[in-house]
Amino acid sequence: MLILRSAETYYGNVQALKGISLHVNEGEIVALIGANGAGKTTTLRTISGLLSPRRGSVTFRGRSIAGSAPETIVRAGISQVPEGRRLFAPLSVWDNLLLGAYHLSRREKRSQMRESLERVYSLFPVLRERTPQLAGTLSGGEQQMLAIGRALMSQPQLLLLDEPSLGLAPRAARAIFEAIPRFRSQGLTVLLVEQNARAALQIADRAYVLETGRVVMEGSAKELLNQREVQRAYLGRGYRQVWEEE
Amino acid sequence: MPACGGRTLYAMTLPTGAQLLQYLISGLTLGSVYGMIALGFTLIHNATGIVNFAQGEFVAFGALIALSCSEAGLPMPLAVLTAMAAMTLLGAALERAAIRPARGASVITLIIITIGASILLRGIAMWQWGPDALPMRHFSSEDPIHLGPASILRQHLWIMGIVVATMLGLWLLAERTQVGKAMRACAVDREAAQLVGIPAARMVMLSFALSGMLGGLAGSIVAPLSMGQYNMGIMLGLKGFCAAILGGIGNAPGAVLGGLLLGILESLGAGLCSGMKDAVAFGIMLMVLLVRPTGLLGRRAGRGEAVG
Repeated sequence: MLILRSAETYYGNVQALKGISLHVNEGEIVALIGANGAGKTTTLRTISGLLSPRRGSVTFRGRSIAGSAPETIVRAGISQVPEGRRLFAPLSVWDNLLLGAYHLSRREKRSQMRESLERVYSLFPVLRERTPQLAGTLSGGEQQMLAIGRALMSQPQLLLLDEPSLGLAPRAARAIFEAIPRFRSQGLTVLLVEQNARAALQIADRAYVLETGRVVMEGSAKELLNQREVQRAYLGRGYRQVWEEE
Repeated sequence: MPACGGRTLYAMTLPTGAQLLQYLISGLTLGSVYGMIALGFTLIHNATGIVNFAQGEFVAFGALIALSCSEAGLPMPLAVLTAMAAMTLLGAALERAAIRPARGASVITLIIITIGASILLRGIAMWQWGPDALPMRHFSSEDPIHLGPASILRQHLWIMGIVVATMLGLWLLAERTQVGKAMRACAVDREAAQLVGIPAARMVMLSFALSGMLGGLAGSIVAPLSMGQYNMGIMLGLKGFCAAILGGIGNAPGAVLGGLLLGILESLGAGLCSGMKDAVAFGIMLMVLLVRPTGLLGRRAGRGEAVG
């Protein structure tokens, strides 16, 4: 569905991605793990069009999207939930969701808005009660739900999730991780970037390990969970978040 | 009236109630025009982070186009609408021709581009309309209406009415329409807006077009009182900028409040001593900035970049 071939992305003169190759198949949950500064977020931004790769290719469903404007890429069916949620805080929850569907034509909105709203509400029922509230007044967990809901309103086929558990209380983080596998049953494919490698590997099918702008390991999530090197570097052997299951 | 300073200072007398009322009326009128110009600054600032120094020229062109149209025999509403339409196009064209090609440049570069545009526009205005101040007919009869001891020009009422209606329209646009909300979303977080599929570049163009329209309207309603001159935009632009800063740059209600405050204080200052009109305006701005660097309704410094 999505293929990156030796993508190289720069911030000014600083090279952040040094030739990333990866692919995501339809219906998969794929995780990108790695330390701070490994290039996880840059990879997502390269896919969503906020950055364009200087070399290499990005193709989605067989069409090149490298260098396209973000709004074109959203229309093609990729939606990114940015790190730190980045809601439109002075606007209401309702307006945030509505803007998520911005690229739909008036006719599409009339016929599909209700359906996608119901889909978001069924995933995150708490949002339904919050619709008139300003987005900035939600709790951290609710804000993350709204950020995901806003991204889902554009009816994407591929969802890019950047650090969805960052800064959340344990219970809220758990709620988010429980929701992600449910996206699959709705026909969504997920590419997940997450600091919390264990939690990510537990819900993912496959994963890539990034280090200083390169893919250094890849494999099924189960394999990586049990691999010694990964355990040592990213999982902190024996260490668990309070809220994690066995 | 003699200039202030030296011995003539002693000639200053306290204004009577009627005079105060008179100053208040003209201050409110002038202030609402400043507020409208300040809104133009605000729109562009929110969309791009820059200060558009050609905003004053939008106003001057609005005035000159409206007075030429009215001179040519167009009915007044049509003359004003023509000025607004022309300035909407000019605003959009400025964005397309000068701002968008420099996308990615620093804020200071973009600001210098707008300064260049303002000089160019002023040159065109002088070439087209000449250096002299040109009169414009009032929208309706020039006979003043007497309110007790004070009198009010019908044009004052026109100005205040039009400004109030425009603010209402802008408020509806921002609060009730999809496009308005998208513009606000861009102002809050441009990247997040792009990620939901809002075409940020088009929103920037729209903000320039709207600012042009506001400038055109402000110019055409004030011209009957101030006359139209190729360089009138310098002062009006600065005053509008002051108003925007006074209210807290980027804050729309603040821009209007700043404009009204500036207009009233300036008018009172001029009433006390005519030579001090502009000094009052800029003096107040300096004082406010010393006490509250973010303006009257501005956010506290540092909160703009807050995470989450």
